[in-house]
Amino acid sequence: MSNYIGKPLSRVDGVAKVTGKAKYAAEFDAPDLTYGYVVSSTITKGRITHIETSEALSLPGVLSVITHENRPKIAWLDMSYKDQDAPPGSPFRPLRDNKISYSGQPIALVVAETFELARYAASLIRVDYREAPHETNLDTNLHRARKPKSGLASLLKPPPPKPRGNFDEVYAASPAKVEGRYSHSPEHHNPMEMFASTVVYEKDGKLTIYDKTQGAQNSQLYVTQAFNMSFSDVRVISPFVGGAFGSGLRPQYQLFLAVMAARELKRSVRVTLTRQQMFTFGHRPATIQNIALGADSNGKINAIYHDAVGETSQFEDYTEIVPTWSPMIYPAENVTLDYKIVPLDVFTPLDMRAPGGVTGVPAIETAIDEMAYELGIDPLELRLINYSDRNMAEDKPFSSKELRECFRQGAERFGWAKRNPKPGSMRDGHNLIGWGMSTGMWEANQMPARAEAVLTVNGKLRVTSATADIGTGTYTIMTQIAADTLGMPMEDVLFKLGDSDMPLAPIEGGSWTAATVGSAVKVVCEELGRKLFKLAQKIPGSPLAKAKWDDVEFVDKHIRLKQNPAAAVSLQQAVDQNGGAAVWQKSTSLPAMMKQKNYSRAAHSAVFVEVMVDEDLGTIRVTRAVSAIAGGKILNPKTARSQIIGGMVWGISKALEEESVMDHTIGRFMNHSLAEYHVPVNADIHDLDVIFVEEHDDIVNPLGVKGLGEIGIVGMPAAIANAVFHATGKRIRELPITLDKIL
Amino acid sequence: MSTITVTVNGKSYTKEVEGRTLLVHFLRDTLGLTGTHVGCDTSSCGACTIHLDGRAVKSCSMLAAQADGSILTTIEGLAPGGELHPLQVAFNDEHGLQCGFCTPGMIMTAADLLSQNPNPTEREIREGLEGNICRCTGYHNIVRAIQLAAERTAGVPA
Repeated sequence: MSNYIGKPLSRVDGVAKVTGKAKYAAEFDAPDLTYGYVVSSTITKGRITHIETSEALSLPGVLSVITHENRPKIAWLDMSYKDQDAPPGSPFRPLRDNKISYSGQPIALVVAETFELARYAASLIRVDYREAPHETNLDTNLHRARKPKSGLASLLKPPPPKPRGNFDEVYAASPAKVEGRYSHSPEHHNPMEMFASTVVYEKDGKLTIYDKTQGAQNSQLYVTQAFNMSFSDVRVISPFVGGAFGSGLRPQYQLFLAVMAARELKRSVRVTLTRQQMFTFGHRPATIQNIALGADSNGKINAIYHDAVGETSQFEDYTEIVPTWSPMIYPAENVTLDYKIVPLDVFTPLDMRAPGGVTGVPAIETAIDEMAYELGIDPLELRLINYSDRNMAEDKPFSSKELRECFRQGAERFGWAKRNPKPGSMRDGHNLIGWGMSTGMWEANQMPARAEAVLTVNGKLRVTSATADIGTGTYTIMTQIAADTLGMPMEDVLFKLGDSDMPLAPIEGGSWTAATVGSAVKVVCEELGRKLFKLAQKIPGSPLAKAKWDDVEFVDKHIRLKQNPAAAVSLQQAVDQNGGAAVWQKSTSLPAMMKQKNYSRAAHSAVFVEVMVDEDLGTIRVTRAVSAIAGGKILNPKTARSQIIGGMVWGISKALEEESVMDHTIGRFMNHSLAEYHVPVNADIHDLDVIFVEEHDDIVNPLGVKGLGEIGIVGMPAAIANAVFHATGKRIRELPITLDKIL
Repeated sequence: MSTITVTVNGKSYTKEVEGRTLLVHFLRDTLGLTGTHVGCDTSSCGACTIHLDGRAVKSCSMLAAQADGSILTTIEGLAPGGELHPLQVAFNDEHGLQCGFCTPGMIMTAADLLSQNPNPTEREIREGLEGNICRCTGYHNIVRAIQLAAERTAGVPA
């Protein structure tokens, strides 16, 4: 029964969040809590020759200054520092030795009785360095581009497929050609909450850690390995996360430092990073792409070349799927793709909302717009001419793809048919108006996960899984799934997450949580239902005594015969039959590999955007945008719509504002604050509209969902860039499109 | 160290504070009122917004000592009777939140805005809240929530 699934319900955690009761990692208290403050390197590369801590240590109330010189022993092998999202290479180890590998690297932790004291003491640490020359510029280091090393990460991020057909020959003979170089600057996730860990030191040396993370068990694994502790001695709890967008997929260095200090001092320690320090770990890598497209005179694209070079650190090979999106969207017969990385003196990049997707797709979707102008074909028409139900990168059919319907409904809602294709042809006073569009695409994965369900003696359901809710609505949709599966009111269902003691769940990313944890919640509730059904049958005189599992349904807190609703046993009666004990079930959900392997699985979108460009000032506003989404079954239109709108604003941000500006002379990101790292504010955002098209898919996972965390952003940047071209006649291939590029 | 007396959410506190302690850290670390968040260190994000003598202020940009003698309201004290404030109800109903980290600051700023202008236009709301950053929601539902709260309280004296 579906009382809740598909309904636009408010969040179950809403009241906690509007009253200030939702607690984030830095908000859990501990007796005798101490505060750590991180000292960051002021050089980009070299060695620390001397670090003077005596002045800091002389202050009453300063408990310790931990540096590479006095740090306790930590694990030796690289293996011990590999978290679940670690790329191939040698993970960064804070305070390992005197070597500086990037600007802002943590080089000391000051621990004191108060935050203010720790911060002041940190300012008294004097460091002498021997500097070495650094390289941070991707553009001037392209000659060092190389293939990435492969490792476990390559399973989820395979290199581009081998060439097919003969690009060179077909491209040369194509009557219509476009080619271009596309690039974007590095970006930082900048969730509103700064990274923080509160490490509670228990009497027996066990640690309870409140951490900002997208995977409590990932943080637990990291701490146990790095500090050679047993799993039973480390518990990581993370009930609320103030945004993450990928930044919490790897444990960040405040966790390591807080744990080290707590063990050393045998006291509880909290370490919170500053906003400036939020620019000293993973980021979306700067990437440079080249695309060439060849089409026949009817608009059929026959030849695609797409290469990409991304930056990585000197110690790990971070990769993304970038050029592969081209043949995933467009079914050309002649395709050559290439992907390489350049190691630079920066921290290892890190998955950031739609990693690779919102890099590769905007480039190809801008090139397609260029081709539309080359051919004189409407950009929507050109996409329909090249529409495919097959993913040519994998040469498999899509399990479902309602993109055509997205195009139709999105274009209608936007009024695309009224567009005059001529650049600069539409205006409103001083403002040039531009209309642009793009396709969006994001993978729909499912991972293995476990969940536990307990029906208590009071008839309340408690379901748990060690996943995270970074703001997406996981608490809410899991409660909906559990309530519907067992025919219970949501008020009687409590879903909990974010605790490493809970059943195994993967890191919360890749838009796979609804599919992955949702399937586990469904399975565990079904299996709990079977147990309750058996108990119900044992009740003397049970109306279900002779019934089979397939004959019954769970409705209104009862198990009843589908054919005869009057023959019913309440869930309370069933649990009462269990000898005074709660009824308990733990289950595993695995992706149906045999069913899935013959299909390519993805969510799609069609995005239509209107921009207004001030012809004198070059300022760009996105005045209107429509995003039509084919994202499988929508569990909760309220949380779903919010995910898409949030993603669209990320798209506006990426297209027009976001940019971590590196000063290559000193090798540091210079705009390391929210005053200078621009993200949209309320006043930047205008009319945004979301359409969910019907899409049925019983291959992708048992719930038919595709995940919505990332599909909202992917199509926006190219739609905006294409609209800017339509308004101004200027083709900007370098994101963000700031006004200096327009004038 | 100095001694300050402040009224926070209707309760009077007399506490010793260090000269360098920011008001936001006093609220969070000394009084344990962690609903007021720190998001930027540069007074850009508004997550730390509270009311000081009835007006919205960013509690990261003043010292605790400067608040001596003031009446402060934090998100925890916005609805003293236990019933939620109309803005709290509307943020929940309209889904004006995702991760929830910016939410207390948004609500406190919005409460100040509505007390100055009980019937703001969409533009006035967006401009009134430009000092509060949200990274999740895309702002749309936040604006709708404030509009809804304004509608629901129309004609009701503040």
